[in-house]
Amino acid sequence: MTAAAISARNLRKVYPGSPDVVALADASIDIQDNEFFTLLGPSGCGKTTLLRMIAGFEHPTSGTLTMHGEDLTNLPPYKRPVNTVFQSYALFPHLTVAQNIGFGLEMLGKPKDEIKETVGEMMELVKMSQMADRQTGQISGGQQQRVALARALAPRPKVLLLDEPLSALDFKLRKDMQLELKRLQTETGITFIFVTHDQEEALTMSDRIAVMSAGTIRQIGGPRDIYDRPAERFVADFIGDTNFVPAQIAANTGNDAQVTLSSGKTVTAKMPEGTALTGKVTLAVRPEHASIGAEAAGLLPGRLSEIVYFGTDTHFHVALDDGTGFVVRSQNRPNETLAFSTGDRISVDFAPGVGQVLRD
Amino acid sequence: MTDSAPPASYATVAEKRASRVRWMLLAPALVVLLFAASGPLLITLVYSMLTPADYGGVVWKPTGDAWFNVFMQRDIFDDTLSWSSAHLSIFWRSVKLSLMTTVGCIVFGFPTAYFIATRPKQQRDLWMLLIIIPFWTNILIRTFAVVELIRNEGTINTLLMWTGLIDEPIQILFTEFSILVGMIYVYLPLMVLPLYASMERLDFSLVEAGYDLYATRMKVLRRIILPLVKPGVIAGSILVFVPSLGAYVTPRVMGGGNQLMIGNLIELQFGQGRNWPLGAALSITLLAIVMVALMAYVRTAGKEGPGHG
Repeated sequence: MTAAAISARNLRKVYPGSPDVVALADASIDIQDNEFFTLLGPSGCGKTTLLRMIAGFEHPTSGTLTMHGEDLTNLPPYKRPVNTVFQSYALFPHLTVAQNIGFGLEMLGKPKDEIKETVGEMMELVKMSQMADRQTGQISGGQQQRVALARALAPRPKVLLLDEPLSALDFKLRKDMQLELKRLQTETGITFIFVTHDQEEALTMSDRIAVMSAGTIRQIGGPRDIYDRPAERFVADFIGDTNFVPAQIAANTGNDAQVTLSSGKTVTAKMPEGTALTGKVTLAVRPEHASIGAEAAGLLPGRLSEIVYFGTDTHFHVALDDGTGFVVRSQNRPNETLAFSTGDRISVDFAPGVGQVLRD
Repeated sequence: MTDSAPPASYATVAEKRASRVRWMLLAPALVVLLFAASGPLLITLVYSMLTPADYGGVVWKPTGDAWFNVFMQRDIFDDTLSWSSAHLSIFWRSVKLSLMTTVGCIVFGFPTAYFIATRPKQQRDLWMLLIIIPFWTNILIRTFAVVELIRNEGTINTLLMWTGLIDEPIQILFTEFSILVGMIYVYLPLMVLPLYASMERLDFSLVEAGYDLYATRMKVLRRIILPLVKPGVIAGSILVFVPSLGAYVTPRVMGGGNQLMIGNLIELQFGQGRNWPLGAALSITLLAIVMVALMAYVRTAGKEGPGHG
């Protein structure tokens, strides 16, 4: 088995200026070759610190970092086969578009005609061939973004780091660039490590996602795993909308468990991997995975408190009898008449295996 | 038919008012330029073409003697003409020392400015204050402070003798080197200030981008930092070079009267020399040297690559 493209073991970072804050707490992670890997989390969660460590701009307080089994810890940034797309793009304002893209190759001492050829290819790749001789101040934000991408890809790094590169773009452009980035990653076969706080961005582009908060990696998995089977409350809460349902474990069968809800009814729920929880737990249920029905039919009885129409779907806000709230999202169909109206006694239902038991 | 007439006249009124305001705003600068710069300069130019009076001042008798004496000299015995080697060597020393001072200020000022610009924001003002504080003291006193350090019985020589590294004091004072040291010391802040101003605006993520793209420290300095702070280097060089060329106090004190620069030569003509026309001609020559040097410098420094900032 080949070594991972990037392998971090117990990486820890405490900035000398603020010794009480652990920016990164013993993070361990393996990123494979040719993977689109995303570090996702709110600001200050340590994702950028981890990225900057891989780039070589920050030195870990402790822990090791290897690339294909080779130790990176004491390698300066200019010796790492890693390039970065900066959040601010950081294009050199005194150089033209083509000079920017060729900078890395020039520093590597590549021959002039090879540089010219590669720069041409890169400009083709990001559709900027017409702009070769422009100053970087004369092109739009989206174009600057493309140049930054081409500049980082031109030296053919083993790993490309992207630090929230889409955050400065407007909504429409961001959507286009998401697809574009995914295309570039597939075409070039380079490992992408992408940092973002935007969960939707992470879900649509990534092969795997590491969800981080407060300097800790909370969960690593594919977009579907992360969304459907969040391991803990933070992950369930941060990604998508979730209903948190208090429950009691009645019987634990390993991967699944029988849980008793506040209404006294029992349903099968999934257990987080490698945990043996007992007693009181919290169940996560996605709004689109639940439905509403007649009072006696469902799992959790309550009163329909609000109906909000969203175009593609409708949100039913339910005040459950146990005092908690629950939101059910149901897709709209043409010529549909709602069976219930605000104030009706109803119940919330979800199928066995839909609920996910959370670690705290 | 006359519909368009009223707006047109309004426009004229507004235009007139705007032009009046412009002239009023311009007036103070014009007054200063006319009476404090152009006027004296004109007087100097006129004096340079008159005959010196016996005890200073001028006699209103036009002559080209002063200008002749700036560049040429007549042998006192056989009347042969030759270049005025004394004046030319002083010109050469002035230009040489000023260039060296400028380079010295860049060499010492650049790391200083870089250091300050990379401190946390709240610390930078303190460091800048430390740079500016010497300005609060008279230049003569600052210069004598340097003299105290380097004279034969001064701090450095005493220390070196005490440690046994040398047996007799090293002659530093009253040399060209001591003038250079003094001028770099006096003019360094004038280099640090504009350098710092352009470095503070430097986006340091560009430096990181450079490292990320395989540029070593030297290459990042040469290919990224220097081109981006060039306006600061140019401004600082001008601020240092121009006053260096006309420096009077520092070469007088540190050179001890035998290492003259243009400023001292000019002063001599108005003082002991009692040759005002020659002093005036030398002043105009200094002005010409400064202008030629500046034009040459700005042309070459501004050439490579499009300017930034």
